[in-house]
Amino acid sequence: MLKTFKIGGVHPAENKLSASKAIEVLTLPKTVFIPVGQHIGAPAEAIVKKGDKLMVGQLIAKSSGFVSANIHSSVSGTVKKVETGPDTSGYPKMGIYIDVEDDIWDEQIDRSAELKSEINLDSAAILAKIQNAGIVGLGGATFPTHVKLMPPKGMKAEVLLINGVECEPYLTSDHRMMLEHGEELIVGVKLLMLALNVDKATIGIENNKQDAIAKMSGLVAGHKNISVVPLKVKYPQGGEKQLIKAVTGREVPSGALPISVGAVVTNIATTYAVYEAVQKNKPLFERVVTVTGKTVKNPSNFKVRIGTTVSELIEAAGGLPENCGKIINGGPMMGKAFANTEIPVTKGTSGILIMPEKEAKRSETMPCIRCSRCVSVCPMGLEPFLLMTLSEKQMWEGAENEKVMDCIECGSCSYTCPANRPLLDFIRLGKVKVGALIRSRKP
Amino acid sequence: MTTIILYTVLTLSIIGVLSAIILYFVAQKFKVYEDPRIGQVETALPGANCGGCGFAGCRAFAEACVSKGELADLFCPVGGNDTMGGVADILGIVAEKKDPRVAVVRCNGTCEHRPKTNFFDGPVSCAIASTLYSGDTGCQYGCLGCGDCVVACDFDAIHMNPVTGLPEVDDEKCVACGACVKACPKTLIELRKKRPKDRKIYVSCRNQDKGGVARKSCAVACIGCSKCEKECKFDAITIANNLAFIDSDKCTLCRKCVSVCPTNAIIEYNFPPRKVAVAEQPVSVPEKPKEVTVPISSEPKSSEL
Repeated sequence: MLKTFKIGGVHPAENKLSASKAIEVLTLPKTVFIPVGQHIGAPAEAIVKKGDKLMVGQLIAKSSGFVSANIHSSVSGTVKKVETGPDTSGYPKMGIYIDVEDDIWDEQIDRSAELKSEINLDSAAILAKIQNAGIVGLGGATFPTHVKLMPPKGMKAEVLLINGVECEPYLTSDHRMMLEHGEELIVGVKLLMLALNVDKATIGIENNKQDAIAKMSGLVAGHKNISVVPLKVKYPQGGEKQLIKAVTGREVPSGALPISVGAVVTNIATTYAVYEAVQKNKPLFERVVTVTGKTVKNPSNFKVRIGTTVSELIEAAGGLPENCGKIINGGPMMGKAFANTEIPVTKGTSGILIMPEKEAKRSETMPCIRCSRCVSVCPMGLEPFLLMTLSEKQMWEGAENEKVMDCIECGSCSYTCPANRPLLDFIRLGKVKVGALIRSRKP
Repeated sequence: MTTIILYTVLTLSIIGVLSAIILYFVAQKFKVYEDPRIGQVETALPGANCGGCGFAGCRAFAEACVSKGELADLFCPVGGNDTMGGVADILGIVAEKKDPRVAVVRCNGTCEHRPKTNFFDGPVSCAIASTLYSGDTGCQYGCLGCGDCVVACDFDAIHMNPVTGLPEVDDEKCVACGACVKACPKTLIELRKKRPKDRKIYVSCRNQDKGGVARKSCAVACIGCSKCEKECKFDAITIANNLAFIDSDKCTLCRKCVSVCPTNAIIEYNFPPRKVAVAEQPVSVPEKPKEVTVPISSEPKSSEL
């Protein structure tokens, strides 16, 4: 029997429309807007000013703390201005506008496509390279990778898990990455193992990506300490805690980090970025984004420079369909709708999903019928209906006691609710309020 | 038969008397002294339990009044000066008079002035909408229109106008408890000094963007041009973060700032129509005086401004 996590989970329609489309390199945009805060933690500080000439890969904003990440220019050209610009949340965020001129790369970046598999660096050097390259978790959470790779004192990483699950419906960027860059990924895994000083790595892939499982299994055949584990198809298996449970059987305690059970999880795209940063000296300034949707003419996987606007990607995929209801940043389960398409692609943009009006519309909310389906599907073992009520009644302490902060916002509860109750919306509000409450208690 | 009844009555009476004696001594031993004035003050309060005073209900407020012994920082906005006078009498002190206040919504971004750029179909809650994103228009400071303030009001004093999509305060009913002020995630609602005949002059905008950006997102946004600041002879207007603010304690309701505002962001409300002023100052938009005669509850603002 295939491995999977124990409690909860749903199985939405997969709709992997772009799974057979090879990764295409998108043409360069005319201007880019690169926000300085693309990660969890402190925003980076801009170190360029208006009129500066930039090369591709040049550092333009420096990390301003331990939990922060460097930002590099994704294009060559001139800095137009350093100003606030649009963000997915609609609130303006500081960033750097660059007018694109040519495509001149930093000389240190190795642009050749050939595989460089020999590793001649030690753990500290690898970590430094990862930190300098500004690599963050590319699955969507954008947690700085170097922080993840440096466990706090007293904790030791035992196993490295590579997240090739891609359980979100529609998204296919990691799937394509495994098919097209499997060799590089294995080198990336080895680099991460070396950086973490662990002797075991497991690549978890859901069983609906047979070709990727076959390819990766073939590649790891020669490596004793790297294995590929096919997993039963179940959402949200790509969640860090769910993947650890599925692969190792260990459960991350409430409120703790995965490192507390000796596991470190990195996503496929992040592993590839690590390979490029360490072996090719290439900082993180481009990523693969899936542009998809049932009404989209040409669902594709694009390799785009950070800072390209969402509208350009949609244009490249055949333009905005007529009956578009929502454009979603990410997948249909966890993604949030864009309020505007003139928003740049950032390190955390894993996909752009265009939903037709009929599907995008929310159905009428009805009273809770106490069927407890939300409880049975919650992968964290919470009681979503209760959390929603507590949040509605503004009983924040109650919500805290019911472990609202453990919610991973996977949306399984809202997906499964027969009364169409906006469970996750209220739970998210509860998380914001309880989070503020917890912070206010700290002296 | 009679003896049985007699014994039963006697036994029960003795148990009763004994218990009463024991209870009396226990009550004396564990007696909690409560100032009788607390009860009196509580009766004098309106009993709305709205929390407008900052305490968890009228009882808690009464306890605070009695224990503090002075009323410097304590005020019941619902009862106002009369109630506080009553409380002061009970405590044998003099209460400081405070100006009555009223809630004012400082956003005039109707659908006409502030076009929608997207559509929010989540739960009808400003708190949720504001944690998700900046709002369904280009202005990140403006009203979200989900009516958290309406839900928060215990006095039925604030309602959404379905035409403008903005909340409107009923001055008669508003007691300035401040529940809506706390409920608004965009901090649009302010408690302002109540003036005779409910007249008001205020900057109906919270947009702190630079003039051009503000104007682009909303036709009646304050652009921080500081014309009103220069016009005001009473130092009632200050400009901070590209936004004008009229101090209701200093404002004398002279209405001069209203006519100089290039974007009509300053609203005058409940004033009689202008006579000479309109003819002299063609700069101001002619519809303006028409609006001010209209009672807020019956007529949509959008068509007039």
